[in-house]
Amino acid sequence: MLKVDSIDVFYGNIQALKGVSLEINEGEIVTFIGANGAGKSTLLKTISGLLKPKNGDILYEGQSIAGKAAQMIVKQGISHVPEGRRIFANMTVEENLELGAFLRKDKNEIQKDFEKVYHLFPRLHERRKQLAGTLSGGEQQMLAIGRALMARPRLLLLDEPSMGLAPLLVKTIFRIIEEINSSGTTILLVEQNANMALSVADRAYVIESGRVVLSGSAEELNASEQVKMAYLGGH
Amino acid sequence: MTIFKRINGFWLSMVLAIVFFIVVQLLISRGILNSFYINTLFYMAINIILAVSLHLIIGITGQFSIGHAGFLAVGAYASAVMTMKLQMPFSLALLAGGVTAAVAGLLIGIPTLRLKGDYLAIATLGFGEIVRIILLNVDYVGGASGMTVTHLTTWPWVFACMLIAIIVIANFTNSTHGRACISIREDEIAADSMGINTTYYKVTAFVIGSFFAGIAGGLYAHNFYIIQPTNFGFLKSFDILIFVVLGGLGSMSGAVIAAILLTVVSTFLQEYPETRMIIYSIVLILVMLYRPKGLLGTQELTSFFRLRKAVEGGKQNDNKHTVA
Repeated sequence: MLKVDSIDVFYGNIQALKGVSLEINEGEIVTFIGANGAGKSTLLKTISGLLKPKNGDILYEGQSIAGKAAQMIVKQGISHVPEGRRIFANMTVEENLELGAFLRKDKNEIQKDFEKVYHLFPRLHERRKQLAGTLSGGEQQMLAIGRALMARPRLLLLDEPSMGLAPLLVKTIFRIIEEINSSGTTILLVEQNANMALSVADRAYVIESGRVVLSGSAEELNASEQVKMAYLGGH
Repeated sequence: MTIFKRINGFWLSMVLAIVFFIVVQLLISRGILNSFYINTLFYMAINIILAVSLHLIIGITGQFSIGHAGFLAVGAYASAVMTMKLQMPFSLALLAGGVTAAVAGLLIGIPTLRLKGDYLAIATLGFGEIVRIILLNVDYVGGASGMTVTHLTTWPWVFACMLIAIIVIANFTNSTHGRACISIREDEIAADSMGINTTYYKVTAFVIGSFFAGIAGGLYAHNFYIIQPTNFGFLKSFDILIFVVLGGLGSMSGAVIAAILLTVVSTFLQEYPETRMIIYSIVLILVMLYRPKGLLGTQELTSFFRLRKAVEGGKQNDNKHTVA
């Protein structure tokens, strides 16, 4: 479905991604784990068109999307839940969700997706008239995910959905991620919480200072000594 | 139901506006208002146009532009050239002022709107100064001594332009496009990742804002008998900025109220322009100390009359009004 072919991404003179390649098949949950500053968010931003790769290519359904404008990429079915939620604080929950469907014109289908999102996150339905800035951290994360789903993506890019959330909420969020996946959306998940990420993912990549250093099925990486040492806190 | 109510509110305010217009028109034609008050009234309406046009750029789209006097100058000179040099009718001159300013907005907007916050502010400030310096050195429009312009601005013209500016900008704000602009103000990266073409919307808001500033320029030029480049210095830009900030960033009625209030203050202090700026500053400091969100915050005047079922309040983002 998505194939990233050895991309290099720069911030000015600093190279954030060094020849990163990956592949995502339809229906999978693929996770990228790595420490702060490893290049995880950069990767997502490059896929969703917020950054442009200097070298390499990104193929989505066989077509190159590298360097295309973000709105073209959203239109083609890739939605990005940015790091730190980034909800529109002075708008209501409903207005936030409406903006998620900004590029769509099919009113009836949008209405259906509203119901779907509210079904997935009943809390958002309760608070739909409330200003998004007054929601709790967990609810804001739900809103950020719901907003991205309103674009009806086929591939959902999630950037650290567990950041700053209580462990119980993290579990809820990951359960919902699995639910979204089982309804047919492919997911690329970027996480520092390697434990949780590996527990829901099919396959995983480990990224270190801009390079992919390990990849394999989630079970393989879960069992790998290297990953245990570096990210799972075990000895 | 809500749509019905909104339309109702719209017609109610239209009726009120027309009643106000007729009352003032009668007062003018009967000679009850003397020219000093009439002039203040015109100035007020022109300032309202400027305030709402900058409100669209700063308050709605969140682009901190402080070169608005530049567009005012472009509109003023373009319309003055139309009437004085080319003997065109006033209506065409006003339109030409607006269109020229809009084109200037487009040319300036495309490169500078890539910049954010402070950088954009400096770039737009630079634009305002460039316009002033160019006008100062072009002999065709009179250079430093300026251009004499016949008095053509009348109450119906001023009022109609003001009303159109308010209606267009209010409708734009409430449309999908306006929503897109607000989302850029709230969080540009998130707006981008929602598939909103942020550059397009920023430039659109900028062009609409400069169009109305140009119209205001046309009205301004034909109200004051003479226009000079010094009328459009950066202090003028700050005057307009103050309307928007004082009224509350994001509130159009706030910008209108602030424009009215400060026009009254400055008109009665016209003989002492230095004191006027000190009073401006003191008013601003006091408002920012006691009402950091501006007079109305992000609220509109109408929302105070509406019964709100939604629970608002709670913790809000304190940083939301620091644009730069």
